[in-house]
Amino acid sequence: MALKIVVCIKPVPDPDYYDKVSIDPVTKRITREGIPTIINPVDKNGIEAALKLKAQYGGKVTVLTMAPPNATENLKEALAMGADEAVLLSDRAFGGADTLATSYTLAKGIEKLEEYDIIFCGTESADGATAQVSSQLGEWLGIPHLWNVYNIEAQSEESFKVKTKVENGFMEWEIKLPCLLGVARELNKPRFISAMGIIKAKNKPVTVWGKEDLEAEEERLGLGGSPTKAGAIFTPDLKRKGEMLTGTAEEIAETIIEKLRAAGVNIPTKGEGCSIEGGAQG
Amino acid sequence: MQFFEFTEDQELLRKAVREFAEAEVAPKAAEWDEKDYCPMELFPMMGELGINGIFTPEEYGGAGMGHVERAICIEEISRYSAGLGIALMTHHLGMSSILDFGTEEQKKKYLPELCAGTKLCGLAVTEPGGGSDFSGQKTTAELVDGQWVLNGRKCFITNHHADVNVITAVTGVDERGRNQLGAFIVEKGTPGFGPGRKENKLGLRGSVTGDVILNEVKIPEGNILGKAGDGGKIGMAAIGEVGRAGMSAICVGILRGCVEEAVKFANERIVYGKPISKLQAVQFEIANIRTEYEAAKMLLYYAAGKKDAKLPATPDFAIAKYYSTEAAVRASKRTMDLMGGYGIINEYPVGRFLRDALASIPSGGTSHIQQLIIAGNTLSAFKA
Repeated sequence: MALKIVVCIKPVPDPDYYDKVSIDPVTKRITREGIPTIINPVDKNGIEAALKLKAQYGGKVTVLTMAPPNATENLKEALAMGADEAVLLSDRAFGGADTLATSYTLAKGIEKLEEYDIIFCGTESADGATAQVSSQLGEWLGIPHLWNVYNIEAQSEESFKVKTKVENGFMEWEIKLPCLLGVARELNKPRFISAMGIIKAKNKPVTVWGKEDLEAEEERLGLGGSPTKAGAIFTPDLKRKGEMLTGTAEEIAETIIEKLRAAGVNIPTKGEGCSIEGGAQG
Repeated sequence: MQFFEFTEDQELLRKAVREFAEAEVAPKAAEWDEKDYCPMELFPMMGELGINGIFTPEEYGGAGMGHVERAICIEEISRYSAGLGIALMTHHLGMSSILDFGTEEQKKKYLPELCAGTKLCGLAVTEPGGGSDFSGQKTTAELVDGQWVLNGRKCFITNHHADVNVITAVTGVDERGRNQLGAFIVEKGTPGFGPGRKENKLGLRGSVTGDVILNEVKIPEGNILGKAGDGGKIGMAAIGEVGRAGMSAICVGILRGCVEEAVKFANERIVYGKPISKLQAVQFEIANIRTEYEAAKMLLYYAAGKKDAKLPATPDFAIAKYYSTEAAVRASKRTMDLMGGYGIINEYPVGRFLRDALASIPSGGTSHIQQLIIAGNTLSAFKA
């Protein structure tokens, strides 16, 4: 069996630059200007899962993203990991999308790809962390979908055995293809990019589709197609404040515990938790 | 002049090697240094990433990139472990001799496994009598009944435990009585051949350096690189460009380590109620460290770019090697000064940076040797 696999990825701000990320007080959106992006880390687990299945069964891996034009860099990285082709959905009309409009646009992109057997998404993004897009995408496409996937076992050409993590344990499923799997970081260890992969990626196609290329209803795209409106959202004030405490060691310790409790830290009362015998030395 | 910048592919390669180094090298670098352990287990992984065969053409199992890309790989790895950096750079060094001077058969026989990292390569030139007295070496190679018979002792050989060894030896004398050298491929396991004592080095620990013993070592006649008499040229080409490029890249990696560690410490260390990065005296040190890093980087990548453009680059690599090794010593000392007492605590890597930088000076020719090369070139190139 040759599998046609699609992996959805999202460019997210590079964690090294998190101190430069802020939220626009008017539009309530994350300001990303000038901040380099990386592939959302858990999406790399999706790429790895796709490449493993391809190595096992043959087929083709397509990476797909909806992002501004400079996301070609992230797509090139996915191609260097070993994906075969990349599609960038990029149009001003897609801007300002919430998860619903994003998943709708991705669904339209995937429909344009025509055939697919499996779609991989990461469970959630490192920036928005809504964890909604993968399930919404499965719904738009009308295919079975599972979220928080920890293990995949291909059983036949038609179905996979999949293990997902739920609150109190795991669930095992048999899922029919075509399907969508939202994968967890625990699923695998994404491979490193190789120099050979970088060279091969040069000749792999990156296709860009805009609004006109998709058979999409305009009112479902971008900001206009987004029913979610952010309420109060702000950058917290992370300035540290020092406070000098006075008194004996015991009094200071009591004050620290009181203050920590007041700040919401759960500290057991004396005798319940750990006890300190003999006091501190040196 | 064209604007000097790395290509998109080179940037992506840097990112890829950095991810590898952060995950597989950084967490263990201090331990390798302390235990003087060479992580041979990483060579097959570096093979998969194309790092071992970075400048070897694809037909021999390499990535088919160039020496700029090689410098990127060594810099990124040496940012965390200069010891692994020199083991890798020496692996490249031996491979470059086979690639540049080997027959098609020799290249096909040895390079694929060296690229894959299932075998380790080395180059043995230096002898107890000295490394830079190239033609004064005592190791001999004699052609007897269709076999080369090698006898002698090499010392200060990094990767002396290698599987595939390029070894120089005296094959005879020319009509003016000067030694003629040959370069030979000797495989591990050949009777009479093996590593001798292992040195306990100040720095660049985690790479194995020691003697190579040749006692009536018989190898096939076809194991010579080029022909008898080419050994000097082969050794000099490898050391002069590939070796010094490697040492320079190691020190650029150490210099970046100094910049990053100095900035981190200066921002975190609070004295008199504010981070020491607010103090001008500390800022001057940081400016010096940064400047030395940038200057060394430019010299290295300029020389490597020249080599990739097939231009003679030996003086450029001598300048890059001379500057970057000395700058790495100065910068790691400055970083230690900036850190006060913390600088000498081995929980921080700067002490290791200083030891590694000092140990980088003699490898590939001391600073004095580089100065002689630079002066020799300058006195003829700048003659009115």
